[in-house]
Amino acid sequence: MMTLKVNGREHQVDVEADTPLLYVLRDDLKLNAAKYGCGLGQCGSCTVIVDGKAVLSCVVPMVLLEGKHITTLEGLGTIAEPAPIQRAFMEEQAAQCGYCIPGMMMRAQALLQKNSKPTDEQIRAELEPHLCRCGTHMRILRAIHRAARLMDTADASPAASGSAR
Amino acid sequence: MNAAVIIDRRRVLAGGGALIVSFSLGSALAQQQEAPAAAAPSPPGSLKTSPYLDAWIRIDADGVEVFTGKAELGQGFKTAFQQIAAEELDIAFESLKVTTADTRLTANEGYTAGSNSMKDSGTAIQNAAAQVRALLIAEAARRLGLSAESLRTADGAVIAPDGNRLSYGELVAGDMLHVQAQPTSKLRAPATFKVIGRSVPRVDIPTKVTGGAAYVQDMRLPGMLHARVVRPPSYGAQLTECDTAAVEKLPGVVKVVRDGNFLAVVAEKEFQSIKAMNALAAAAKWKESASLPKQDNLLNVLTSLPSQDTTIFERSNPAVAAHKTIEATYTRPYQAHGSIGPSCAVAQFIDGAMMVWTHTQGVFPDRQGIAEMLRMPPASVRLIHVEGSGCYGHNGADDAAADAALIARALPDRPVRVHWTREQEHAWEPFGPAMVTKLKASLDGNGRIADWNFDVWSNTHSMRPGGAGSMLAAQHMAQPFAVPAPRPLPLPEGGGDRNAIPFYNFPNARVVHHFISAMPLRISAMRALGAYHNVFSIESFIDELATLAGADPVEFRLKHLDDQRGRDVIEKAAQAFGWEPDQKPPPDRGYGFAFARYKNLAAYCAVASEVEVNRETGRPRLVRAAAAVDSGQVVNPDGLINQIEGAIVQSMSWTLYESVTFDDTRITSIDWQTYPILRFNSVPESIVVHIIDRPGQPFLGSGETGQGPAAASIANAIANATGKRLRNLPLTRKRIKEAIDA
Repeated sequence: MMTLKVNGREHQVDVEADTPLLYVLRDDLKLNAAKYGCGLGQCGSCTVIVDGKAVLSCVVPMVLLEGKHITTLEGLGTIAEPAPIQRAFMEEQAAQCGYCIPGMMMRAQALLQKNSKPTDEQIRAELEPHLCRCGTHMRILRAIHRAARLMDTADASPAASGSAR
Repeated sequence: MNAAVIIDRRRVLAGGGALIVSFSLGSALAQQQEAPAAAAPSPPGSLKTSPYLDAWIRIDADGVEVFTGKAELGQGFKTAFQQIAAEELDIAFESLKVTTADTRLTANEGYTAGSNSMKDSGTAIQNAAAQVRALLIAEAARRLGLSAESLRTADGAVIAPDGNRLSYGELVAGDMLHVQAQPTSKLRAPATFKVIGRSVPRVDIPTKVTGGAAYVQDMRLPGMLHARVVRPPSYGAQLTECDTAAVEKLPGVVKVVRDGNFLAVVAEKEFQSIKAMNALAAAAKWKESASLPKQDNLLNVLTSLPSQDTTIFERSNPAVAAHKTIEATYTRPYQAHGSIGPSCAVAQFIDGAMMVWTHTQGVFPDRQGIAEMLRMPPASVRLIHVEGSGCYGHNGADDAAADAALIARALPDRPVRVHWTREQEHAWEPFGPAMVTKLKASLDGNGRIADWNFDVWSNTHSMRPGGAGSMLAAQHMAQPFAVPAPRPLPLPEGGGDRNAIPFYNFPNARVVHHFISAMPLRISAMRALGAYHNVFSIESFIDELATLAGADPVEFRLKHLDDQRGRDVIEKAAQAFGWEPDQKPPPDRGYGFAFARYKNLAAYCAVASEVEVNRETGRPRLVRAAAAVDSGQVVNPDGLINQIEGAIVQSMSWTLYESVTFDDTRITSIDWQTYPILRFNSVPESIVVHIIDRPGQPFLGSGETGQGPAAASIANAIANATGKRLRNLPLTRKRIKEAIDA
């Protein structure tokens, strides 16, 4: 049994230590957002946040995750109460098939948490590990810029609750 | 996933009400009646083949549901169909539900392919909805004893002059909608559109950006097992030895399934199935044979294979004399669909019936293939489309569905989920075929094109199922199904010869299609089929001729084009880009232009681009692009723009970076390291797309229209920047560097 902290909750999971995080999230915790794309750390579809950093969950074994805080896209917000990054992707219609998008969103979220006003160049550099095959890149970039503005506004507003962060 | 509803066949049949049952009968009747009715004018779109209104629109007390036989692949047409139905039914967009491809529930619309979904299914839904609305008004008139003309509709109800209101649900009784469509419908006037023409947000995006279950990869049925396939290391490899005993003892392993060269392992948990797959792959011994051609000699390989040659276009005007003649050869390698999410399917075999959830583009033809493979009657096999990762044509979807069905049959009752690995998707998907084009043309004394010769060598561009032999599992079984003989796809849409016939007006022209039936690599349909390379070739060569004539590329195109809608998109794209004759780009940059009407009968698209070339390294970078598109009546402008933006970016990736690699035995491009595609450091600074809307005109589709023009526009910009013409795809930095240094 291993203990895993995901989206603010502790879970006991019965998995072998070499199991990559991705399969525990999908198979044991029934979470959808982190996707299997390559299993090789080449495409970014499986990206989640571990202790504030974007991590490729398909290549990180469970043995390295004891005591760490993991956040997946599900932990940011919901359809009814979307987080700024989620609102931004909806407002920019930044998806075609959408399969690669959750991974991109998590890396963007990690970036915006440490740098609330990234330049276009910084965003592009940050997204380098991520592939999109539909060619939605222009919208993804726009959505991340929009998310930065939304988060800025949310921070400035006293009514903003912590639930979306 | 709404598994509880879709899993129980009896409930679907029994509980769905009279309309659904009569629909099933109706489809059967429709097929029998089709032939004698052929002389009468047929209704538009897919109503031709599925004429009953309740194949498309069903109404009961619970609400209004719209059905399409097409599969949502990320193009967003599920939203567009909902807009069309809302408009013609006069009902709130939000109150509708759209159900996509399902062999039990929807019309058989064949494949979701060829940019035909709006034309086929959108048109059918539009006309069916209009006719349903007319029937509802007539029924209300009958009940109220009023004339139909005195009634109006609003928000899902018919309203009498005195304000009396009858909802659609109240008006539909029995099989009232189970009637055949009329050849013509009274459609709403475009000027009154409330939902069509608006950029309604896509219905699927909120789920996708909040971690909802959106894909077949996300399905989790009760008791579901995880399977992985061990594919042969190369085409035609034979499994000579495989000791499965050790694998069967691994944690969680439920079963090893072997049938000839088909090998798979099933486990309780997903990562257990992956570990077992690796162990099984290590235990398997294969006999391979060197059967692949030389990758660096595709030009000679393709043009020396036996071919079936057809002159598909000929025009002659001996009065026009040739003055200066040039010729050129263009090539395209094998290229991969490269879906980001490898193919996946879930299958369940219960009481002799097979259910398969799949991201196939054609649930009906795929069902036929799976039924044949399992030697089951098609009626006992149900395929339900669930979205997958974008496919851009025939990727591994159908194969994964067949894998899942074959494995599930060996484990009755329990749902089995098969997910391919990255390496399997890259090595085993059917690639976009390699192509060769040879062009020769002359200018007359006035700098106009006097004659034009175009020869294209290519395989078929569709090996999609219909029969079992198209699917890997069926090919690999102990009693294998043979790969069906390839056939050229018929014109006017064509396959390898798609867009081979010039859309321009040349006095003398000849186009020959050299159809090659031998397929050394597994190939099938990839976005735009032959149009990608044919438009790349034609539009590159047009620029070569413009240079020879000393003419501006945009003016040169307009000089040879009569079609007004084509001229309009060319002028719009040029204007949006800021194109000026005799313009001088900044140092190391070039401007390029290209145009095509997809299939010569669908959407019009022109793309202007600016490319920067690093003369030291040869690295090309698309700086910006401006496009114009005319896709007929626009339903969702933002959806259309999204498709064209995506086409430009994806085509840029194909054009600059991509080719499948192989040695004499194996495919060697098996992941994103060995098959690199566009990354964010090469994303352009801007892409603008302008739509020329044609209210009331037929839907022309859009998914594939941008691929060819984007490729040629970029190639022309590279030629403009470097003064060197590159004719072999992809236009890699190495090739550009070699051209600069030559």
